[in-house]
Amino acid sequence: MIRNKKLVVSAIALVLIQIPVIGAGFFAPYDPTVQNRDVPSSPPTSVHFADSRGRFHFRPFVCRWIGNTSSSGYQGSHEDCSKTSSLRFFVRNETVYDGQVRKSSRHLFGTDGAEKLLLLGTDEYGRDQFSRLLYGGQTSLGAGLLATGLSLGLGLVFGCIAGYLGSWVDDVIMRAAELFMALPWIYLLFAVRAFLPLNLDARQAFILLIGVIGSTGWARPSRLIRGVILSVKQRAYVLAARGFGVSSMSIIRRHILPEVSSVVLTQAALLIPQYILAEVTFSFLGLGVSEPQPSWGSMLASLQNYYVLTAHWWTFASGLVLVPIFFLFYSLADSLQRSVQIFDLPK
Amino acid sequence: MRLRSKRGCIWIWILSFWLADAPSLAARAPEAGEDVLTTPGQLGQRGGRLVASLHSDPKTLNPVTAVDAYSRQIIGLLSADLIHINPFTQRSGAALAKSWKASSDGKHYTVELRRGIRFSDGYPFNADDVVFSFKVYLDEKVHSPQRDLLEVQGKPIQVTKLGPDRVEFDLAEPYAAAERMFDSVKILPQHLLQRAYDEGKISQVWEIGSKPSEVAGLGPFRLKQYVPGQQIILERNPYYWKVDSSGNRLPYLDEIAFLIVPTEDAEVIRFEAGDIDVISRIGADNYAALERDQRAAAYQLQDLGPGLEYNFLFFNLNSVDAQKLPEIHRKQEWFRKPEFRQAVSAAIDRDAIVRLVYRSRATPLWDHVTPGNRMWLNTAVPHPPQSLARASALLRSVGFTRRRDGILIDARGHVVEFSILTNPSNTQRTKIATIIQDDLSQLGMQVHLVPLEFQAMMARIFDSYEYEGALLGLMSGDADPNPEINVWTSGGTTHLWALTEKEPATDWQAEINNLMRTQTAILNYQERKRAYDRVQELVAQFVPVVCVVSPHVLVGAKNTVGGFEPAVMGDYVLWNADQLFLRRSVAASR
Repeated sequence: MIRNKKLVVSAIALVLIQIPVIGAGFFAPYDPTVQNRDVPSSPPTSVHFADSRGRFHFRPFVCRWIGNTSSSGYQGSHEDCSKTSSLRFFVRNETVYDGQVRKSSRHLFGTDGAEKLLLLGTDEYGRDQFSRLLYGGQTSLGAGLLATGLSLGLGLVFGCIAGYLGSWVDDVIMRAAELFMALPWIYLLFAVRAFLPLNLDARQAFILLIGVIGSTGWARPSRLIRGVILSVKQRAYVLAARGFGVSSMSIIRRHILPEVSSVVLTQAALLIPQYILAEVTFSFLGLGVSEPQPSWGSMLASLQNYYVLTAHWWTFASGLVLVPIFFLFYSLADSLQRSVQIFDLPK
Repeated sequence: MRLRSKRGCIWIWILSFWLADAPSLAARAPEAGEDVLTTPGQLGQRGGRLVASLHSDPKTLNPVTAVDAYSRQIIGLLSADLIHINPFTQRSGAALAKSWKASSDGKHYTVELRRGIRFSDGYPFNADDVVFSFKVYLDEKVHSPQRDLLEVQGKPIQVTKLGPDRVEFDLAEPYAAAERMFDSVKILPQHLLQRAYDEGKISQVWEIGSKPSEVAGLGPFRLKQYVPGQQIILERNPYYWKVDSSGNRLPYLDEIAFLIVPTEDAEVIRFEAGDIDVISRIGADNYAALERDQRAAAYQLQDLGPGLEYNFLFFNLNSVDAQKLPEIHRKQEWFRKPEFRQAVSAAIDRDAIVRLVYRSRATPLWDHVTPGNRMWLNTAVPHPPQSLARASALLRSVGFTRRRDGILIDARGHVVEFSILTNPSNTQRTKIATIIQDDLSQLGMQVHLVPLEFQAMMARIFDSYEYEGALLGLMSGDADPNPEINVWTSGGTTHLWALTEKEPATDWQAEINNLMRTQTAILNYQERKRAYDRVQELVAQFVPVVCVVSPHVLVGAKNTVGGFEPAVMGDYVLWNADQLFLRRSVAASR
C-alpha cells in the first residue's frame, strides 16, 4: 500500500533526526544544565587543524575561550590558542563534588582537556547550546508525539461514539468538541498552572503540558473521525453485519476502525508539528518545563531580546531546526494522504 | 468684497497682536515683584521640541490620584511642590517655598512662598492654594496615596495660613525628614479644583482625556495635546517661576513630546533611528547594543552607576496555617533559621549575576542600601565573596547533611526542596533566579523556578502567602531611610517576607524596628546615620532577605540635547527638563 518514495524518505529522515535526540545522553557532549560562567554567549568553537606556527595536526583541536571584562562591562569572549584540547570520540565525562566522582557518562565525542567543543556556542549562562538542542528536542519532540497520541486517542474514542451512536450522544459530544475548539490554550495553561502546587519538577511540568495540549486538541480529529464513521456505517457490509446481529463493538473493531486508521495516521502527521509548535510556544512564554531543563521554546526565549537577536546568531539554532522537522512532517502527511485510500470525507 | 477684505485685515491684525502676546510662542520676561528662582547651570538656547518616550499611556493627570509611574512622570512636569529633592545632589531645596524655618522643637515649620508667581493658566498662586492642596491630600475621603506620607506618628500634619504668602505646618512629633515630606506633594490650583472638591469629585477631574485648558499647574510645562496610544505633547509654561543665571525664563524647550512605545526594545530601536532624543531605564543588553553602534551614531550613553533599586530573594516567613499549607509550614522551619538564609546568601555568586545578567553594569549587594545612595550607605558592611564551603558549614551547623547522591536533607531526612517565584516579564530577574538555582544546586538544594504572571505572584505574596521563596526588586523614590520603614519594620505594609508579623519575632528584628522608628525623630544627621548604619549591619548579618544586586542606571541622549545631567533618582533624564535645550541647528530644523 505504501509505495510512495516521498513518504519513505520523509519517514526515514524523521527517524534519523529523532535518533540523536532520543540518545541525547550519548550524542550530546556535555550536561545541558552545567553553566560555564566564564564564557556566556560565546559563538561556536572553531575546530583547528593547524596551530599558531602553521603546523598541521591530524587530530583536530579546539582552543580555550576567555571572557573579556573591561571597565566598560562584559565584552564577550575571545579564543586563546595558548591552551588547546584535542577532539576525541567516546570520551567519558565525570561529575565531581566533595572530592568524589558522583556521576560518570560516556559521550560520542568531546575533548581530552578542559577546553570545550561548543558546536553551537553557549547561551547567556555559558551552557552548551548543542547539548541543549539535543536534550531540548526530547522535550519538544516528545511533547509533540505524546500530546498527539493523547489527542488522537481521545478523538478516536469520542469520534467513534458520536459517529456510531448518533442521536443525542452525537449532539452532546460534538457540542463539547466545539467548546474545546474555542478554548484558548495559553490562558488555560496559565489557569491550570496557577492552581497547581508550585513545586512541579520538570517531569511533572512536562506531563501537565502534554495533558493540556492533548486534552484540548481532541475535538478536531474527533469531528473528522465521526464524519468517516457516519459514512462507513451506512455501507452495505456494515448494515449486513448489523442485520446478522453482530455486536456494536465487533462492528467497530472489525469494519469501522480499519477504515478510520488512514485518517488517524494522516491526522497524526499533521498534529505532531502543530503540537511541537504548541510546546515551543508555551516554553517560549515561560509556561513549559522550567529552568534548567532545556526545551526548544525556552532556548528561543532569549531571542526576545533585541541585542541577542542582532548579535548572537547561534541562538537561532533551536528555531532553525524546526523548519526541516515541520517540512518532513507535512511532507509525510501529504504522502500519507496520497498513498492511502481515503474515504470521501464530509466537507 | 472690499468690506470683507477690510474685516479680514482687522482680524489678521488682531490675530498677529494676540499671537505676539501669546505665551506659548514668546517667553514672558520676569515681572517686578515676581519671586523667581535663579538656577545655576549651563545657559541654553530657546526653542525646539524634545522627544522622549513612555512604555504606556499615563492613566491620569490628577496628582491626587496618580499612582502609576507614567502618570507621575507627566504630572512631575506639569506641577511643582513646595520643597523639592534634587535628584542629582539627593538633597532638598527650595521650590515654591522661597524659604522656611523650623522651630527649635522641630514640630513647626513656617514657610515663605514665592510671591507674584502664576499657574500655567496665568492665575496667581498664593497660600490659599497650598492650604487647599494639603486639605485635599489629607482628606480621608479622597484616598490620596500621599496621605500616608503626610502623617507623623499616625497624626496628619496641620496646615495654617499665616498670610497671603506664608503658611505654617505643625507636626505632632519632631520629624527628621520633614523637609523631604513636601517633595512630590504637588500644589493644586484652587481656582480650578475647589468646585470639584466641594462636590466630592476631585478624584474624577483631570482624567487623561481632559482638555488642555482645564489643566493647570506650576510645573515647567503644560498640556498641549494627547493622542491615546500615540503621544502626549507638553508645551512651555510661559509663567514658570525659574530663570537661568542670565535672567531668562525657563524652560528653554518649546515642547516635550512623549511617544508611547510599549517595549524597551522598540524604544531602543527608535532611539537608534533618531526618533527619540532621550532614553532611560535601558537594560544592560540593549545598552550594549547601543554602545556597539555608538561610533556611527550621534548620541551619548551614560552608565550612572547603581540607582536605588535593590533586587533580593526572600523566603516566606509569614505565619501560615499548618493544616491549610502543610508543606510551606514544614519548610518554614528551614527558612526561619538565620544560618539557612546565610548559607543561601553565601552560595550566591553575585559577581556572576553582575557579569552574566547585567554585562557588568550592576553592583552586587549584601544589604538593601545601594552605593547609589551616597548619604546613607554603610561602607563598613562586609562583602564576603561566594563561598560554597562556608555555606555548607553553616548548613551542617544546623543539622543539614548531604545524601550519597549529593541531595541536601534536613535533620529529619526531608529533602531540601523549594520553589522560587519569578515573573517572566522581567527577563533580568528570571536570569538571576536561574543563576541562584544553579548556585543552590551546588549545595544539594532542589530549587524549582516558578514563572508566574506578576499579579498572580503579588496575590500569593500579599494575600494567600502560598509561596516558598520569591525574587523581587524594590526601589525607593527617595534616598532617605524613612520610606523604607514600611519594608523593614514588623507590621509594615511592604514587610514582604513576614506580612503577618505584627510584633517582632526575633531580637534583631526588634532592634531594627526600634532603630527605624527612633531615627525618624532624630534631627541630627550623624545620629540618624549611625542608627541606619546599624540597621544595614543587622540586615547583612541576619539576612531577613538575601540582597543580591542593584542594576546601574543606564541612560542616553542625542548629542544635540544640551543641559543633559541625568541622575540616579526620580525621573533619571527629565528631572531637569526645565534646563534641557536643543542646540541651535536642531531647534531650527524642527
